[in-house]
Amino acid sequence: MRQSTFILGAVVLAIALFFAPRVLENDYIFFAGYVVLQYIVLATAWNILGGYCGYVNFGSAAFFALGAYTAVAIHKFSPMPMPLLIVAGGIISGLVGLGMGYLTLRLRGVFFAIASLAMAVVMQTLVINWDYVGGSRGAYIIRPQQVEIFSYQLPYIQYLFAWMLFLAVASLVIARTIERSKLGYGFATIRDDEQAAEACGVPTLRLKLIATTMSGALMGMAGAPFPYYIGYLEPASAFSLTYAVNSIAMPMIGGTTSWVGPLIGAVLLGTVQQVATVTISSAVNLLLVGILLVVFVIIAPNGIMGAVQAWQRKRRKA
Amino acid sequence: MTMDLFVNAIIAGILLGGFYVAVTVGISIAFGILDIANIAHPAFIILGSYIAYIVNSRFGVDPVLVAVLMLPVFYGLGALVYEVYYHAFERRGQDALAGLSFFFGLLFITEVALILVFGVDYRYVEASYIGPTIRFGFVDLPLRMLIPCVISLLLIVGLQLYLSRTFIGRAIMAVSQDQQALRLLAADPVRIKRVAFAISIATTALAGAFLIIIQPVEPSVGREYIGRVFAICVLGGLGSLPGTVIGAMLLGIVESLTATFYGPSWAPAVAFGFLLLTLAFRPAGILGR
Repeated sequence: MRQSTFILGAVVLAIALFFAPRVLENDYIFFAGYVVLQYIVLATAWNILGGYCGYVNFGSAAFFALGAYTAVAIHKFSPMPMPLLIVAGGIISGLVGLGMGYLTLRLRGVFFAIASLAMAVVMQTLVINWDYVGGSRGAYIIRPQQVEIFSYQLPYIQYLFAWMLFLAVASLVIARTIERSKLGYGFATIRDDEQAAEACGVPTLRLKLIATTMSGALMGMAGAPFPYYIGYLEPASAFSLTYAVNSIAMPMIGGTTSWVGPLIGAVLLGTVQQVATVTISSAVNLLLVGILLVVFVIIAPNGIMGAVQAWQRKRRKA
Repeated sequence: MTMDLFVNAIIAGILLGGFYVAVTVGISIAFGILDIANIAHPAFIILGSYIAYIVNSRFGVDPVLVAVLMLPVFYGLGALVYEVYYHAFERRGQDALAGLSFFFGLLFITEVALILVFGVDYRYVEASYIGPTIRFGFVDLPLRMLIPCVISLLLIVGLQLYLSRTFIGRAIMAVSQDQQALRLLAADPVRIKRVAFAISIATTALAGAFLIIIQPVEPSVGREYIGRVFAICVLGGLGSLPGTVIGAMLLGIVESLTATFYGPSWAPAVAFGFLLLTLAFRPAGILGR
């Protein structure tokens, strides 16, 4: 499929996804859908570094929370329109990703993984001690009831949903573009054999830094609207390990080698979690995600996509 | 007055560092020697804390005694985890991405399971030495810090002797360098690694008991220790137990000074700063090979 056709198809689907729940006149679908879309962005962003380059980032929650707290900090100063907050969140998280990558990516991948995990703890410490954004008490964001677009009153949750939908489509298009570009092949050489790639003249450090920055920026963008969604942001919920484990589990379960994997994983796990949170309990569904992650990496390391591809290959041979 | 405070902060730091030795020694073996990035290590420590808490609150048994009794159980647990890790990842050569995710999943599962069973309340143990403090002039030596520190140092001396004097110990040191050579000595590298990893998990039983003696514990406390253990391990030099002691003492002292002069809520950031600086300027650590 050509890239332009793909983008057109994705946009049409997105518009359909936006108007379909409006017919049902149930705002809960927007609340639940927002979370699933947010996970699509996080999982796709994680996969740019984790799946394409093979570098594990355990600090997704930190990048996400940085985006959210950037929005809070700006909001406290003076309320700004959503697109500006998203861009600001993206820039801050992207820069942090770049800085951390610069310090640790020259070493073995495992050091980057450990540093990312430790960074989440430190960022949380910084935010807890930063009174301007509420410190450990948290911050209240009073969101408007509605937004006026072309003299049409849109409920605010639908407005947030639309932005997250836009981010989800954008991140999928970015991921797909990377896969088919020179950049994507460069990433793949790093994943398969970094030393060989370096020897062949692939500028591995620069490519890794590009991946870390893009991945971090997308996570920050996903975080920026979050304070408006949740209404009350406090460090423990923004830095929750849930985001980190979900953004790893979703690509791992869907499959890490293509943009479809994180999408499948996020839709599947995200929806299951939304249903389980309502019907069972939120702690139990987290346990479920953890167990699924461990089971999948042991039994099907290439995820659902990998299993499907293996099955197709088998059928073609037969 | 400030001098008193400073000296006491240093002493408290050394005692804290002694405790960090027990927390880190397992990672020094698993990550430093075997090259297994077991980020679930702190989760096992918290598990050890909760076992100490359960037995202590039910039967009033001393937490350190509980930990010593639990050593074989944790040894077995470690051997089991290594078996899974070996068959699922190491043999297939996928230990980087999938292996890390596996340990991350273990960490997460342990934390959520503990929250489901015990909730997020802080738990603590009771023992005769938790309250009292020995005083030399203006120097305070709280027994609840002193005892973990002394036992930790004994533990690491014992492990260092084991690794340098016994056949299995030397084989553990050798396994990271040349598996083929080890085979020629009729030692099975997989078995040696399993023993080493099991020892590393066994130390978490003790570390967990110390943790809950020093401070009340809730399931997510373990996360703060991920940064610490790897910072100490890398700072001291991968695979060097004396290096671990130096790294632990250094971090303990700096954290204690930070807590005394800037407030305890900044302490977790110190470990990360240490880790980043070490990785950026001397990845081999202080006593690195």
